[in-house]
Amino acid sequence: MATLHTRSLARVMVAPSVVLLFVWMAVPLAMTLYFSFLRYNLLQPGPTPFAGFSNYYYFVTDPAFWAAIANTLSIVVGTLAITIVGGTLFALMLDQPIWGQGVVRILVISPFFVLPTVAALVWKNMLMHPVYGIFAWIAHVFGVTPVDWFAQVPLLSVTVIVAWQWLPFATLILLTALQSLSEEQKEAAEMDGASIISIFYYITLPHLARAITVVILIETIFLLSVFAEILVTTNGGPGTATTNIPFLVYSQALLQFDIGGASAGGVIAVILANIVAIFLVRLIGRNLED
Amino acid sequence: MARRVTTQRKILFTAFGWLFGLAMFFPILWTAMTSFKSEGDAIASPPLLFYHWTVENYVEVQSRSNYFLHFGNSVAISLGSVLIGLLIAVPAAWAMAFAPARRTKDLLMWMLSTKMMPPVGVLVPIYLIYRDWGLLDTVGGLIGLMTMVNLPIIVWMLYTYFKEIPGDILEAARMDGASLAKEIFYVLAPMAVPGIASTLLLNIILAWNEAFWTLNLTAAKAAPLSAFIASYSSPEGLFWAKLSAASTLAIAPILILGWFSQRQLVRGLTFGAVK
Repeated sequence: MATLHTRSLARVMVAPSVVLLFVWMAVPLAMTLYFSFLRYNLLQPGPTPFAGFSNYYYFVTDPAFWAAIANTLSIVVGTLAITIVGGTLFALMLDQPIWGQGVVRILVISPFFVLPTVAALVWKNMLMHPVYGIFAWIAHVFGVTPVDWFAQVPLLSVTVIVAWQWLPFATLILLTALQSLSEEQKEAAEMDGASIISIFYYITLPHLARAITVVILIETIFLLSVFAEILVTTNGGPGTATTNIPFLVYSQALLQFDIGGASAGGVIAVILANIVAIFLVRLIGRNLED
Repeated sequence: MARRVTTQRKILFTAFGWLFGLAMFFPILWTAMTSFKSEGDAIASPPLLFYHWTVENYVEVQSRSNYFLHFGNSVAISLGSVLIGLLIAVPAAWAMAFAPARRTKDLLMWMLSTKMMPPVGVLVPIYLIYRDWGLLDTVGGLIGLMTMVNLPIIVWMLYTYFKEIPGDILEAARMDGASLAKEIFYVLAPMAVPGIASTLLLNIILAWNEAFWTLNLTAAKAAPLSAFIASYSSPEGLFWAKLSAASTLAIAPILILGWFSQRQLVRGLTFGAVK
């Protein structure tokens, strides 16, 4: 089918996407790299001399940077733990015959469609508020001192909000994977007298392994870039308690106008994300073979 | 072969299912309920389940902050960017699915990898370019940006859908003497439309909920709802009922679209790795 004519036509059809994406990716990335080697602050007009690695040096020796790395990883790992464990349980539950299954599924996946800024503000104000929040009221009912979420455990609070948004995603993907598991296999194991736990451990879990890997990789890419939830709840604080890498770069660039420093941070963020991306691209690339 | 299900077991799982389902949905439900309360009732403790219903919050949100301007921005940005994205991506995905070249696979993987670039990596140059070109806080600027942000996903989703259209059917049509135009309109289009529709739906949702670029590149004029709602984060006063009204209006349309796109969501966000 691929004659010379169709082949050149195909090239013309693909070209706009490729050219646009290439420009969109290469030009700003090259600029970021270039800026990261300059002494360039928007508040100081005049020349922007070459600065060598001083921006990187400044960034890496800043205690806020290491705090941001730790916070970024903490949000990623915490959210992954909650969404993988919770998502597996939810998926197993939704795979059971229950009345109103369709409705329950809609209830569970709905948080995914909520605007990040809405989710963050609703949780911060109406659920986690230390005086008027629902959680404070629940604590009150049980006679416990309410937790002042954003003052006492700010990073955990952000993680909980983000996890609420991503739990539906994990559930939905794991449920899709679960539904492709053959019933016969489970039945055969049941007849052979396998317990529910060993069925889960030896049949269900290995079957879910691939889907879990996909969830981990895709969520990681998005979770490395959590921003809105932090901006509207804590603004990175108290101190640097909830400042992650994206937020640090944002504040360096748009609050302190340090273009050089922020660019160095941006380059570091890209390197971090690339490490994850390599694994994901391999995984999906393997999938293209079949 | 269906497994034997005891009624007892079904009741148990139904109870658990609804319990957890409602727990997950509770923040949304509570927001919707609070949006119909007076500000006093909204912060009442213990929380009020029964109260005097009012729509004054919705009226106030519109009159005070020109809510529909931001709603319109959201619609323009999400719909505009996805439509332009489709215009660019449909030919590309089509060619890659039906006339794959030696490097098509590499090209697809490369497109995927652009999606993995963290936005902060290019925040500084994009911000400066937008500032110099007068694109900051413009709907047009955001449409262009969101087109590029979602283009890889659009190409990928379309590709996985087009790939499923059997190529033989084209040959059959050609044997029957169909012209290229007829082939496209009568044979291919009907098979491609569902995939295009799913792609449209999911990407509208993604663009609507995008909150990194909208927060950084828009202010009062071009702010879509994701950025507009953020203005409620200022600590002065407790305007929970108004926050709830604005939030309910902001998430309702996308929530409903989302319910229709459950399956496409899995496929689109995993780039076809899980179907």
